[in-house]
Amino acid sequence: MAQSAEHVLDHLELFRGPEYQQMLAKKKIFENPRDPAEVERIKEWTKTSEYREKNFAREALAVNPAKACQPLGAVFASVGFEGTLPFVHGSQGCVAYYRSHLSRHFKEPSSCVSSSMTEDAAVFGGLNNMIDGLANSYNMYKPKMIAVSTTCMAEVIGDDLNAFIKTSKEKGSVPADFDVPFAHTPAFVGSHVTGYDNALKGILEHFWDGKAGTAPKLQRKQNGAINIIGGFDGYTVGNLREIKRILALMDIQYTILADNSEVFDTPTDGEFRMYDGGTTLEDAANAVHAKATISMQQWCTEKTLPFVAEHGQDVVSFNYPVGLSATDDFILALSRISGKEIPEQLARERGRLVDAIADSSAHIHGKKFAIYGDPDLCYGLAAFLLELGAEPTHVLSTNGNKAWHEKMQMLLASSPFGQGCQAYPGRDLWHMRSLLFTEPVDFLIGNTYGKYLERDTGTPLIRIGFPVFDRHHHHRSPLWGYQGGLNVLVKILDKIFDEIDKKTNVLGKTDYSFDIIR
Amino acid sequence: MSLATTQSIAEIRARNKELIEEVLKVYPEKTAKRRAKHLNVHQAGKSDCGVKSNVKSIPGVMTIRGCAYAGSKGVVWGPIKDMVHISHGPVGCGQYSWGSRRNYYVGTTGVDSFVTLQFTSDFQEKDIVFGGDKKLAKILDEIQELFPLNNGITIQSECPIGLIGDDIEAVSRAKSKEYGGKTIVPVRCEGFRGVSQSLGHHIANDAVRDWIFDQPESDSKPRFEPTPYDVAIIGDYNIGGDAWSSRILLEEMGLRVIAQWSGDGSLAELEATPKAKLNILHCYRSMNYISRHMEEKFGIPWCEYNFFGPSKIAESLRKIAGYFDDKIKEGAERVIEKYQPLVNAVVAKYRPRLEGKTVMLYVGGLRPRHVIGAYEDLGMEVIGTGYEFGHNDDYQRTAQHYVKDGTLIYDDVNGYEFERFVEKLQPDLVGSGIKEKYVFQKMGVPFRQMHSWDYSGPYHGYDGFAIFARDMDMAINSPVWKKTKAPWKEASRTKLLAAE
Repeated sequence: MAQSAEHVLDHLELFRGPEYQQMLAKKKIFENPRDPAEVERIKEWTKTSEYREKNFAREALAVNPAKACQPLGAVFASVGFEGTLPFVHGSQGCVAYYRSHLSRHFKEPSSCVSSSMTEDAAVFGGLNNMIDGLANSYNMYKPKMIAVSTTCMAEVIGDDLNAFIKTSKEKGSVPADFDVPFAHTPAFVGSHVTGYDNALKGILEHFWDGKAGTAPKLQRKQNGAINIIGGFDGYTVGNLREIKRILALMDIQYTILADNSEVFDTPTDGEFRMYDGGTTLEDAANAVHAKATISMQQWCTEKTLPFVAEHGQDVVSFNYPVGLSATDDFILALSRISGKEIPEQLARERGRLVDAIADSSAHIHGKKFAIYGDPDLCYGLAAFLLELGAEPTHVLSTNGNKAWHEKMQMLLASSPFGQGCQAYPGRDLWHMRSLLFTEPVDFLIGNTYGKYLERDTGTPLIRIGFPVFDRHHHHRSPLWGYQGGLNVLVKILDKIFDEIDKKTNVLGKTDYSFDIIR
Repeated sequence: MSLATTQSIAEIRARNKELIEEVLKVYPEKTAKRRAKHLNVHQAGKSDCGVKSNVKSIPGVMTIRGCAYAGSKGVVWGPIKDMVHISHGPVGCGQYSWGSRRNYYVGTTGVDSFVTLQFTSDFQEKDIVFGGDKKLAKILDEIQELFPLNNGITIQSECPIGLIGDDIEAVSRAKSKEYGGKTIVPVRCEGFRGVSQSLGHHIANDAVRDWIFDQPESDSKPRFEPTPYDVAIIGDYNIGGDAWSSRILLEEMGLRVIAQWSGDGSLAELEATPKAKLNILHCYRSMNYISRHMEEKFGIPWCEYNFFGPSKIAESLRKIAGYFDDKIKEGAERVIEKYQPLVNAVVAKYRPRLEGKTVMLYVGGLRPRHVIGAYEDLGMEVIGTGYEFGHNDDYQRTAQHYVKDGTLIYDDVNGYEFERFVEKLQPDLVGSGIKEKYVFQKMGVPFRQMHSWDYSGPYHGYDGFAIFARDMDMAINSPVWKKTKAPWKEASRTKLLAAE
């Protein structure tokens, strides 16, 4: 018996001893397992070009896609408003999933309710669920706003949110003037970034365009402020705080729309804050008067940004700006729109990032990377790698569309380091597996699920993306701004140096290169 | 030390009743009436806990429950390692349940094992409009081509499938025929069916009955000679290796485990289970259906057991042995004796650190009752418990065998109620799920996830008990809980009393 009270062995070690290993070997006969030689043969076959061709010929099956569904993005955006409770109309299991998913990434509570529709609602519609649900949520959780979105169940049966909310108010579920913005967020269209877009647009439309016909539309009176939209972002906590710091440094009046940087980073001090921080409802309404709106992620705001532009604002979008050039563009845009000078402090921060790149570039230059993730994140990381002299060989985005593909290819074509690099829209991580076997790279950048690719292909994984479940606290550090660029650079460098050490640490064999200075 | 231990039973009962009344005040009248039936204070001697259960959750209250898909794909079917499980419908369901339940298995993932892969039909609008059957047929072909060593395929329906009128059974039959009788199992576990995960378990059990037991014998049928000591482990999902630390005890006492349902399980094991002499059932809630079916159809008896904590383990080993001859009965005694020194050492080390500590639980399946004995073995007391998706037979078992007089019972508790209960009762530990974990930790209350073992485990068996004890100790006695309040601020209202 290996177990003892002095040194308790858990799953990491317990099963490695002879007792368990013999037990598991004996279990095999009941499994009627495949011939090990055949398993080996197929395993090797999955690494071949022939397999890759069949794999890329898939038309219907998705295996390990790197995307989630719309309502997740809607919930993410909604909690970015002051005192706002996301309310997802449809089956209740979905909400359990969104809450778990967000909590596993942020290591934070995630509050959201469901209208708990079941078979009878599938037949008769979910109006009663909406009426009861809004009343209960309002009384129990005392929100300042309830932001409604939908699961695919409610979308398939065609529930009409606008009419349902109106009826609920007539029935007294919530006061007539209580804010209940809504967005239809079918899971079978787009991905979580689409849901973010729809929910945010729904909220802005509510405040700016007359609260579903119950109030006058706002008349825009332009002021000098700038609105910022972060988009769906696993690093929202660090990133939005960094953006706020930069805006304060530049003395720019601003509103962050859907600012969930506080609610996903509350202190442990004896109090559970179901709501914390967030864009105030007043600010959300007044955002219509801003001079311009900047989206940090184009593909998270494909509907919201045109909606804002229609209201007369200048709009600018970025693609998850990471690194020097992208941050330069962002800072210049801020200065241009606001008319404010760029303070010396930012020039110094920029200089520090240049300094760091210069110090370390020899280790990154010419290295090949595979990247996957949301469309904007992929673009931002690829652009940064190019300016580091690295090659983003495979850039894959399951929720990337044709326009993303074209824009990515243009980016790759624009740099000598992008030659031979390829963007893959709509593909999944099983495709990526084939790419990594047939066209190997030095490093892989992606979310937690990339660890399966790392295990199978031996490509070292640098965790940048969403979700990251198996490493803690990284969402608290920014990837944006010059400081964020430095953080990304360090993440990449740490992995590069770790790999060099791993390859040179065999005593008496390779350790002549096991240098203490690199 | 928490308040509960310093009060008499009468006082505790009165306090808990008052607490329920107080919590109900927040609701609109109609909701208060409904929720009142799910909350109670257990009275010793009663045959159940006096709460309603397994009825619809109320909209808008923040129920912690999941859905039928979660019960089928996430719980029952997902762990079967040599089959491909398709999350059939939009991308989300499969994505959120991808690899998160820690159903351990041994196999070459992506080649002959598929548990931690996310297979989905990723429905698009056109699939909703025109139906998804053709797409499903193509998916089955693609799986056959790219994953040729799969031993079977299940189709786990998401909400839209049942709403758009797809005929996944017809597709399954046609493709099974085309592939020479391959096992292809359509499962009607759409998330809107039923009131919780529970119906998904039942539907998944029925799918095993209809699409595996009732099918002609397939090639993958194991060829082993039966013995009088063959048993099947039913309802252990091998979370963190639970089924393994259970199996080892059964084999040490002389039994032979011919199947695991479903953690680290395989299609061949499911098919062979009717050869068992006894089905031993851990998670009654999720797999009593198939156990009853095998009893009726094949005459296989089943017995419930509990492998949490040494008291219940010993009781269960003897109970299981009772179905067999003296050789096995002696084997059970031998196993109990073998592990007694480990048990003594674990209790000697951890009980002094945990004695008198109070626990509130809110979990699914069997755990709201099954883990109580393990806590008691460490001198701890469970002062509140409830089931996410239990039925009345769960509450009967709880009342008759587990909880003490005055225990607060909460069925399908929601965020609001659970927070208020914990705030008032100030337990030393809360055991619940990921959605609850950070809420209570923010409040300064030590917490362990009791679905996933908080990424630790196994907790089953004697080996697991040592880990359980270690984990509860490290949760409760972590120095961080004494630091939640800044020294220049007054003591926290929720927790510091207990932590000092």
